[in-house]
Amino acid sequence: MYDFLLPDIAATAPILIVALMGIVVVVVDSFSNDNENIPWLAGAALVAAIAIELARLGTTDTAFMGHVMSGGFASFVNSVILLGALATVILSVPYLSKIGHNYGEVHALVLIATAGMMVLANAGSLITLFVGLETMSICLYVLTGLVREDPRANESALKYFLLGAFSTGFFVYGIALLYGATGTMMLAEMPAALAESGRTGFFSGGVALLLVGFFFKVSAVPFHMWTPDVYQGAPTTLTGFMSTASKTAAFAALILVLSRVIPLADIGSDTQFLLAVVAAITMVVGNVMAVAQLNVKRMLAYSSVAHAGYILTGLAAGVVGYAGAMYYLLAYTVMNIGAFGVMATLEWDGQQGAEQTVDSLAGIGFRKPLLGVAMGVFMFALAGFPPLAGFFGKYFVFAAAVDVGLTWLALIGVLASVVSAYYYLRVLVAFWMKNPEDAPASVQSEAFPVPLFTKVVLVACVVALLVLGIVPGMVTEVAGAFFSISESAAVLP
Amino acid sequence: MNALASIPHLVSLVIFLPAAGALVALLLPSDNGVKWTALVTMVVTFLLSLGLYAGFDPAVSTAEAPQLMAKVNWFPGVDVSYFVGVDGLNLLLVMLTTLLGPIVILSSWTYIGKQIKGYYTLMLLLQTGVLGVFLSFDLVLFYVFFEITLIPMYFIIGIWGGENRVYAAIKFVLYTLVGSLLMLVGVLWLGFAAGDAINGGVFTADWYQLVSFGVPLGAQGWLFFLFLLAFAIKVPLFPFHTWLPDAHVQAPTGGSVVLAGVLLKMGTYGLIRFTIPFFPNAAHQFAPLLAVLAVVGIIYGALVAFAQEDAKKLIAYSSVSHLGFVVLGLFAFTTEAVQGAMFQMVNHGISTGALFLLIGMLYERRHTRNMADFGGIAKTVPVFTFFMMLTVFASAGLPGLNGFVGEFLILIGSWKSSAFSVVFVILATTGVILSAVYLLWMVYRTFFGEITHEENRTIKDLNFREIGLMVPLAALMVWLGLGPAPFLDKSEAVVQAILNTAEAKARAVEAAAGQPDAIVQVPLRWPDTVAVTE
Repeated sequence: MYDFLLPDIAATAPILIVALMGIVVVVVDSFSNDNENIPWLAGAALVAAIAIELARLGTTDTAFMGHVMSGGFASFVNSVILLGALATVILSVPYLSKIGHNYGEVHALVLIATAGMMVLANAGSLITLFVGLETMSICLYVLTGLVREDPRANESALKYFLLGAFSTGFFVYGIALLYGATGTMMLAEMPAALAESGRTGFFSGGVALLLVGFFFKVSAVPFHMWTPDVYQGAPTTLTGFMSTASKTAAFAALILVLSRVIPLADIGSDTQFLLAVVAAITMVVGNVMAVAQLNVKRMLAYSSVAHAGYILTGLAAGVVGYAGAMYYLLAYTVMNIGAFGVMATLEWDGQQGAEQTVDSLAGIGFRKPLLGVAMGVFMFALAGFPPLAGFFGKYFVFAAAVDVGLTWLALIGVLASVVSAYYYLRVLVAFWMKNPEDAPASVQSEAFPVPLFTKVVLVACVVALLVLGIVPGMVTEVAGAFFSISESAAVLP
Repeated sequence: MNALASIPHLVSLVIFLPAAGALVALLLPSDNGVKWTALVTMVVTFLLSLGLYAGFDPAVSTAEAPQLMAKVNWFPGVDVSYFVGVDGLNLLLVMLTTLLGPIVILSSWTYIGKQIKGYYTLMLLLQTGVLGVFLSFDLVLFYVFFEITLIPMYFIIGIWGGENRVYAAIKFVLYTLVGSLLMLVGVLWLGFAAGDAINGGVFTADWYQLVSFGVPLGAQGWLFFLFLLAFAIKVPLFPFHTWLPDAHVQAPTGGSVVLAGVLLKMGTYGLIRFTIPFFPNAAHQFAPLLAVLAVVGIIYGALVAFAQEDAKKLIAYSSVSHLGFVVLGLFAFTTEAVQGAMFQMVNHGISTGALFLLIGMLYERRHTRNMADFGGIAKTVPVFTFFMMLTVFASAGLPGLNGFVGEFLILIGSWKSSAFSVVFVILATTGVILSAVYLLWMVYRTFFGEITHEENRTIKDLNFREIGLMVPLAALMVWLGLGPAPFLDKSEAVVQAILNTAEAKARAVEAAAGQPDAIVQVPLRWPDTVAVTE
């Protein structure tokens, strides 16, 4: 009797597979505590979901009366999120075992968070947007505090939760105002409703509050304060997950909202200018603060703030920048997961992550050449050197900015990049240019293996960064097809 | 050699063969295998590049497309392509690069003792980067290769360098990066502006389109400085030169040879390939400024070189001085001066490369480069002394050797130029004298006089390998000095074409200054008759 639901279920199959597997994992875990096959279950669900999404890249569809999108844009973003989740599961198993926290529920939480991210990134209405956002956030709060005997982890989880709840308040209030201004929750109906009613104070207020919520989630300045503490306190591989997949989901949702509420005719509008200013401040503050960090995880946290600024540059450019921003999200996910993966492998006893300074890594490249070369690629990619994908991401967002006349923003962006090169290169100085004998004695004596699966993920990330860089058209062409520049506002189905 | 020229995709092969060699070297287990792979790859690359030399015909116009070109769209939807080829402007620099390749590998044979695989792999990657820079006809592709060269060089200085290597390596990267990233914004702006005006609204990075596009007067100033800064840092032009002595002193010999021999040429090449023809009005307007900086560089570099105790640092400052000449010649906008500058780029690569090699060999023997630690060694190492004297004479511009031809052309070309006052030329001439003084003083202190240190009595003379890598350079110094005409012919037509087009475009842009909607397009103008020496 619910036959009419079947097409909807088919259209959202990847989300459902991941969410259901999350529940299966919880059940399995309750009968057989921390069963070692749980990661395989999680991995299988993620691989299946990726396969479906990749096959659907060329299609577009909606489900549940337009509340959820599928295919095309949604598939692209979901693929990025799922790839990030898959890499996280693989990297987490040896890492969490080493720190003694390889619980079954970690994988359940990762899966459910992933499902939440996908809902957020595929939202067709403000309601789904909010549901996805909360599903994702609550799982991430728990994952942050995973190492519950470590006061630092507790601090970061609590901080994340309190500030997250606060930003959710802004978010909901923004939704309420937008609904009041347009009379609809559906994003696709917004442009028409907006054309009818015009831009009222309610509407602008709603957009502003919604943006505050988004800025918090993507850690844009001045809403980034939580990022360094949370990233430093959370288990390293899960930090990688948070900094990539959740950011991808939030940025995708932001694109969904912006492409509807800021019509093309409004390029140069106040909202656009606001985005550009936030992007500029985020790039500058993120990069300058990162220079001062001696702890590598904290440095990577500020670097992820800076990268949010680059992506916002693409968003500030409007429709012409969205494809570039999506390319950037993919590139950023690959290089950041890789960088956190290397750092996780380098945590000898699990407690050092929070204290791991640049100096304690002296000469590590000579002892572990694979990690050293991979880190070299990730750092140069993050710094934006060709022929790696990181460069082309920056190229596309800056090109979009110059195209719409935001040349000043591109100039600030490139100068901020120069600053970033300094701290990324400093990591490589430690890896390759210091003598292994300079490292603290306790670090030198530690022998640690690099698990096979970790090697596979890191090598895959390196290869992906090279391939994405040498053939960037592969991705930009796909991503560019989702946005039509000729139509005035409704660039997405 | 003509058979080589007919190999399909020869240009791409030359660019990417070293990278392929790097991949092979990376997978080899033994250090010896890595060394030989590197050497064989470099030699084969050089042999293939002879095909470029043979296949290039200076009588055939490259006004519309380079010779032996390959062009494949790279970014879908916009005119950004993998666009490579040969014209008169890049041919000799490519040959210089491929020639120095095997020499650098051979010079490192015993010098590099640790992390052998990494060193040779990076050297091969560097070679691909440099060749890509010279052979690109697409501005974005050029930019990509331009930045790629930073990565291997960063590690070569930072891992195999001297005491202060980390500081030098980071300084090298950051300096270059400031310039090149700012230029990237210029590239984007220019590409969109040219795309809107002459390419139907589609972004373009095609050199031929950009060179024909007349940038409006209002935008030329700041774009000129964005481009200029990137290349001026690379050259390096005074006052952006401070990274160079650090990088040179810290780098291992092979790194120094590549740095001085070809990496610096990317800067001067960028000036004549892009900056001057793209923004001719601004180039003319600011030519006196450039002349001041060039002359200050020439004299300041020479005076500072004179004060050095470390022979390698002396050569590094001599580069600042010699490249000042090249910049002076480029901004004179006369055919003779620009031709001289092009020729001088090659000369500087050969003679300064050779000087760094010789200083490196000295360092390998005595583990010091301090000139006071030597003296009178001419008697113990006659062959060494011969090569040193020849190289120093070439570098100082002794008639009959290559340096003379380049400097002479630059000076007479600049004398004729209306771009800046002859006072600059007169001042630059003093640089020639100063350079002879400090170079000969260096040789005198190191090789002649009484032996003051007992260790110097037992220094070994050049061995077979070292002579082998000096002979081609020495032969070129003489060959280019006695018979420069065939080499100058290669670039004559394209240099004239670029200068003519720049001038015509400058006038057209000025004429269009009053009309905001005017679009200026001046395709590359090939000179009607160019005398080609048979």
